[in-house]
Parts: sequence; structure tokens; C-alpha cells
Amino acid sequence: MRDQLRVVLAEDLFLLRDGLVRMLTENGFTVVAAVDNGPSLRKALIDEQPDIAVVDVRLPPSFTDEGLQEAIEARRRQPGFPVLVLSQYVEQLYARELLADGEGAIGYLLKDRVFNTEQFVEAVRSVARGGTAMDPQVVAKLLSRGDARGRTSELTPRERDVLELMAAGRSNAAISQQLTISTSAVTKHIAAIFGKLELPNTDDDNRRVLAVLSYLNR
Amino acid sequence: MRFRLMALPRALAVLCVSVAGLVAGALVVVSALLMLVGIGWFLFPPAVALLRGVADLARRLVRLAGVEVERPYGEESGTISLLKARSTWRDLLWAFLDPAIGTWAAALALGMPLFGVYGVAVQPFVWKANERAGGTNSYGVIHVTSTATALAAIPVGFLMIAFGLYIGVPLLHLRARWSADLLGSSRTSRLERRVESLAETRADSVGAQAAELRRIERDLHDGAQARLVSLGMSLGAAERLFDEDPEAARRLVTAARDTSSKALDELRDLVRGVHPPVLADRGLADAIRASALDSLVDAEVSADLPGRPSLPVESAVYFAVNELLTNAAKHVGPAAEVRIRLGYRDGVLSCDVVDNGDGGADPADGTGLRGIESRLAVFDGTLTVDSPVGGPTHVRLEVPCAISSA
Repeated sequence: MRDQLRVVLAEDLFLLRDGLVRMLTENGFTVVAAVDNGPSLRKALIDEQPDIAVVDVRLPPSFTDEGLQEAIEARRRQPGFPVLVLSQYVEQLYARELLADGEGAIGYLLKDRVFNTEQFVEAVRSVARGGTAMDPQVVAKLLSRGDARGRTSELTPRERDVLELMAAGRSNAAISQQLTISTSAVTKHIAAIFGKLELPNTDDDNRRVLAVLSYLNR
Repeated sequence: MRFRLMALPRALAVLCVSVAGLVAGALVVVSALLMLVGIGWFLFPPAVALLRGVADLARRLVRLAGVEVERPYGEESGTISLLKARSTWRDLLWAFLDPAIGTWAAALALGMPLFGVYGVAVQPFVWKANERAGGTNSYGVIHVTSTATALAAIPVGFLMIAFGLYIGVPLLHLRARWSADLLGSSRTSRLERRVESLAETRADSVGAQAAELRRIERDLHDGAQARLVSLGMSLGAAERLFDEDPEAARRLVTAARDTSSKALDELRDLVRGVHPPVLADRGLADAIRASALDSLVDAEVSADLPGRPSLPVESAVYFAVNELLTNAAKHVGPAAEVRIRLGYRDGVLSCDVVDNGDGGADPADGTGLRGIESRLAVFDGTLTVDSPVGGPTHVRLEVPCAISSA
């Protein structure tokens, strides 16, 4: 059942929309609507009640941040509604706005990330489960901001690596794989990070990521 | 009250300057006539200098009366150039016309209160002596022939003082406005200067544009374009290797994917430098918020704009503020706190940027600030820097522009 997630997709470039529909379908999602503009997106979200929306920031007719506005609006109507926002650019400001409601189930990725099918599909699933998928560029900026303010000065380099991946929304398993360390080591690092940053550690992965992001966003 | 009383010495000064102007003007005319016999060539420049000195005094009085007037002189100093200078002839015109047109105003502003004082304080004691000497005593409408009429003149005197003080300031203001017409620059010289500055800023902006295009071309050439070439080569090699060495081909394809990501990154940076996405999406305030978030300084942005200015103005102000944020991050460091306030009043878009640094910024030696200045000059915008040693540094950008309330 997990793989029968119903997706609404909004992307105005035909090639990319087509590619995304194919990729999502191949990976077991059901694309219930693929639209190319803001008003149709809104209608599809209301009519189809999907499990997740994958939305391009810039959409016609205004070609400004219409997709982003629709995403935020959808989450206002239905708090915690999973949205994965794709964009040609990542902006800290937009990341902040998407994270502002503190509900999780939010993703914000560069369009290039679809090159890596495996990771992209994993990001969509994770957001649908209520997780967070922040683009590495967003996280890197957040961390350098945190570094500049000395918020991460107590962390060891390894802990900082773990923090970076965790903040992007990667699972413990994915972190251990990427850093080639054991999952128990990852758990230990995470506990140390939460201790040093004086954040309350919970077993809920999603809460944990949100806590870290809001700490860095401060 | 003090302000009204100050009108008296000012009126007196205006009268004195008028007389001085007449004298200096006459000297200029005489020296000009003496040119016919030669000696005037040497007398003319000092005479003009004297007239200019007097006119400068008059300008100060005009400004005291609350009327803006600029000094119209240029670089000219030789006899010929002084003869040619429009301002010389306008000064001369002022010297002879201004007393004729405006003296009554200053005289009234000064004379009414003084005559009032005479009526209140002097006339009651001197009218008898005056009559004995055979003079006629009249004070305004009152013919003073007895103690009763002398006393009756006292309230009239008070009235005169009050009225004189009441109309003194407006009279001087009126007079200053007339004088300013001749003392300031003529319409023609103002237009000449305007054309000069337009030609200058246009050349600057054309130059800047050309440099920007060159930069973009170079960035594309060295960056994205080169990456795409290497991408094509990797894919070509992979195509050949697919059959004999699939593993190597796969590595090449992976490398090609990375290369395309890098090319996209470079294109993104390029677009950011030309037309930042948030600026396009949301306008000035949010674009500045976004770049503050990117620049690692703590910035508090407040905006009170009725709508969006034109795109070129938005972009100029955005990049100017960006430069200032970069400066703050560089000079103050990560502890920098910047307050940015956007406002729009009377057709002028203003942006105040205040940081918590140690100050001491000098627009003359910073290429960054110079760059901002010329960027804004295209729109007749200005940059004012107030950066006392010890801080804080306050930079104010002002750009006249139209914002239609959306």
C-alpha cells in the first residue's frame, strides 16, 4: 500500500513534467494530476485530495513564485499536507517560509536532484511520510550561518557532517551509508549533537530534523 | 518671538547688502567701460569678485529667509571668461534691479516696528520741543498737538510694532524669493549642467553595461559552455565504451551527470548576478531579506512601499544594498547587525542601511561605494554616507522614481 501514493504534480516545462510523471509512475506512485499552472494546481489539490504534491516554484500565469504560494496555501488549508517544492534556485527565504509552520512533511529541492532517481524518490516518500527533505545547498547555507555565529563550534567535524545530512532529512541508514560508519555510530553522534546544541532529543526522526532546522534558522 | 525679532537685523542687513550691491555693480560697470582705455582689463576681475562677494552675502540672507538658492558660478576667473559668464550679468542685473523691486519690503519690515517704537517711547517726550522749534508733529494719522493726542499715539505705536513684526518674516521671505530668481542659476545654466551630468552618467552606464556583458560572456565561455563541451565528450566516450567496457561507460555517465549539475550551478550564479529570482518573484523588500539571509549578517528589513518601482530602479537599489551588506559582513564580521529600512515619500524611494560597526567608512576611497554611486546616478539617485569613527555607519540611498500603488 505504501507505494500507492497519489501524487499531484505541477511543472510548466513539458519535458520535465513528462519525465517526472514517468519516473514517479515507474517507482510505484500514482500521478493523479499533472498540471502546468497555478490555478489548475489549486483545483487539482482540492479535487483529487492527493497524498503529496510535487510543485515547481515558478508557474504560469504570473511566472513568479506562484507554485510556492499555492503550496503554502494548501498547507494552510490542511496543516501538515505533504509538499515537495522543486526549483531552479534554492532561496533561504523560501526555505524559511516553507519551514515556518513547523509541521514537517516538507521538501525543498533543486530541480537537478531529479537526476539521481533513487535519492529523489526517497525524498518524495520521506516527505509523504511527514519527513523533511531540504536541499544540500539550503543546509550548507544554514550551517555556514550557524558556523559564523559559533553555534556549531562545539561539534567535532564528524558530528558536523552528520548534522548536515540529518538536517537535509536523510535517514540514519542513509547517513551511515554515505559516511561509511555504522548506524549505531550515527545514533551516538546524533545524541552528542543534541546534547551539545542543548536540543531535546526525541525518537521521532521528523521532530528531530525540524528541531535542528529551526535551531539553525534562528 | 525671537524669530520675529531677528527679522529686524535681517531686514537691516538686506538693506545694507542692497547698497553694497549697488556700489559693487557700479564698480563693475565702470571697470567694463574703462576697458575701452585698457585699464579696465585689470580692474574688471576684482570688481566682479567684489560683486560676487556681495551677492554671496545676499544669498546667505536669502537662505536665512528660508529660500533655497544655489551659487551659480563656475571655474571662470580671467577677464574674458568673466565677461562671457552668464552669472556676471545676472549678478549685475540683481545689483540694480533688486533694490528697485525689493527695497520697500525690507524697509517696511524694518521701518514699521521702528516707527512704532518711536511712537511709543520717543514721540511723547519730543513732540513739545519739536512744536516749539516750529515743526509739525504727526504720528501716522494722528496729528499730535496735545498731551491727549500724544498719549493716543502710544497704542497706535504698539499696533505698528505688532503689525511690523507680524508681517516682517513673510515680507523678507517674499523678497528673498524675488532675489533668488536672479541670484540663483539661470534656467539655461541649470539645463546645461543637467545635460552635462546626463551625458556623464549615460557614458558611465553604457560603460558599465558593456563591462557587465563582457563579464557574462566570459562567465558563460569559461563556465557553462566549457562544462557542456566536456559533457558532450564524456557522453561520446561512454557511447563508444558501452559494449566493450560497460563499467567504464557507467563511470563516464555518472561524471557527465555531475558535470551537468555544475553547469547548472554556474548558470544559476550567473542569473543571480543579473536578475535575482526573489527580486523577480517578490520585489525589493523580500529580495533584500533573501540576500541578507545569504550574506550571513543579521539583518532586520522593514519596508513601507505602496507598490513596486520600475525594474531597473529595483535592480539598482537591490545591488546597491547587496554591496552594502557585503561591506558590513567584511568590515564588521559575523557579529554585524544591519537595519534596513525602505520607504517612499514625495516621489523618492529611500533606503537606509545602518550597521553596528565601528564606522570610519569613506565613500571617497571605497570602490564599492563609488560603484553604488554611479549605479544610482543613472536614475538621479544619491548616496549619503554618515560614518563617524566609533560608528554606527548610516548609508542612505535615495532614488527619485514613480511607484504606482498596486
